[in-house]
Amino acid sequence: MSQDNPSFIPTVLQDAVNWAQKFSMFTYPFATACCAMEFMSTMGSRYDIARFGAELPRFSPRQADLLIVIGTITERQAPVLRRVYDQMADPKWVMAFGVCASTGGFYQNYTVMPGADQVIPVDVYVPGCPPRPEQVLDGLMTLQRRIQDHRGHNQVELGNTATISFTDRRHLPVLPDGTSMTLPPEERMPKDGRVR
Amino acid sequence: MAQRVLEILQERLPHAIVETGSYVGDEMALVDRAQLVEVLTFLRDDPRLDFAMLSDLTVVDWLGQDPRFEVVYQLYSLRHKHRVRIKVGVGAASEECWVPTATGLWHAAAWSEREAWDLYGIKFTGHPDLRRILMYEEFVGHPLRKDYPQNARQPLIRRPDAPSTDDQTTRLLDHSHDRRSE
Repeated sequence: MSQDNPSFIPTVLQDAVNWAQKFSMFTYPFATACCAMEFMSTMGSRYDIARFGAELPRFSPRQADLLIVIGTITERQAPVLRRVYDQMADPKWVMAFGVCASTGGFYQNYTVMPGADQVIPVDVYVPGCPPRPEQVLDGLMTLQRRIQDHRGHNQVELGNTATISFTDRRHLPVLPDGTSMTLPPEERMPKDGRVR
Repeated sequence: MAQRVLEILQERLPHAIVETGSYVGDEMALVDRAQLVEVLTFLRDDPRLDFAMLSDLTVVDWLGQDPRFEVVYQLYSLRHKHRVRIKVGVGAASEECWVPTATGLWHAAAWSEREAWDLYGIKFTGHPDLRRILMYEEFVGHPLRKDYPQNARQPLIRRPDAPSTDDQTTRLLDHSHDRRSE
């Protein structure tokens, strides 16, 4: 079965897989700052993110498929964030929560990284300082549309995942030496966590 | 109360005091670096003063003045409930930019002095472990000095295709997935 020319059944199957994935998001909250309060509010009963199937945070990146970068990322934290992202299994998505995670916000200085997208690909940006829960839900719905359309950064890399067989190793994201197979070799992270 | 602190200090160690001052109830003494440890030891050990707590140690950068830096010790007496601020002038030249450590007097000085070294580049001679504490080891320079370039960034890692950091607003708009474009 060719990747470039998938037949009718895998294509329809991919739509079904995407539909299942978009309503079953297991989030990993990478919470570093005050935006986490608004994240808690979004997770709580009043705004009830469970309506969108994303109510269960997993506190291990290996069990999560949506990385939510919540709050300010300093340059010193960047290798940690990169490692957390590399540890997540495919398929995976990333949401930048708040202006600090999106662009660095008002911290334009020597220590704050100007946006999480400097080290990891980001699918959806939720601005605000902090964003209202409605904005977060809007961002999540935007992400769900992108998942359904197969336009997440990881989905684009993987192609039609419905055609990936069990012998295809691309569904195994982390190699024994700790690097990620889903990244191009020059982007893979060595074990000491230092990439220039 | 704290005015008495300065009087006692003036009386006992007049050779060490360069200048004293008082502003909105805060007493300050500018001391000579050669007598700094002597002054701090006296302040800690004299039973009338008894400054058992170093509540903060920080640095001020007076760029363009001489001496350029001022190391500031904020002391507090837990028994007498009074405070005093001790300042030392430090020059900018690398062989002049040092202060004797206070870790022998207060253990609390250890991390504060590491922070002062990290952010201002003041060397604390005799410090047991003078490493950076907030910035990473690869960082070059001392970022809270007034002549550190404001927009200089020293990233540890970056994606090869990371978006440009020049104009944050433009970048966010370019990369956002707005509902209208869906």
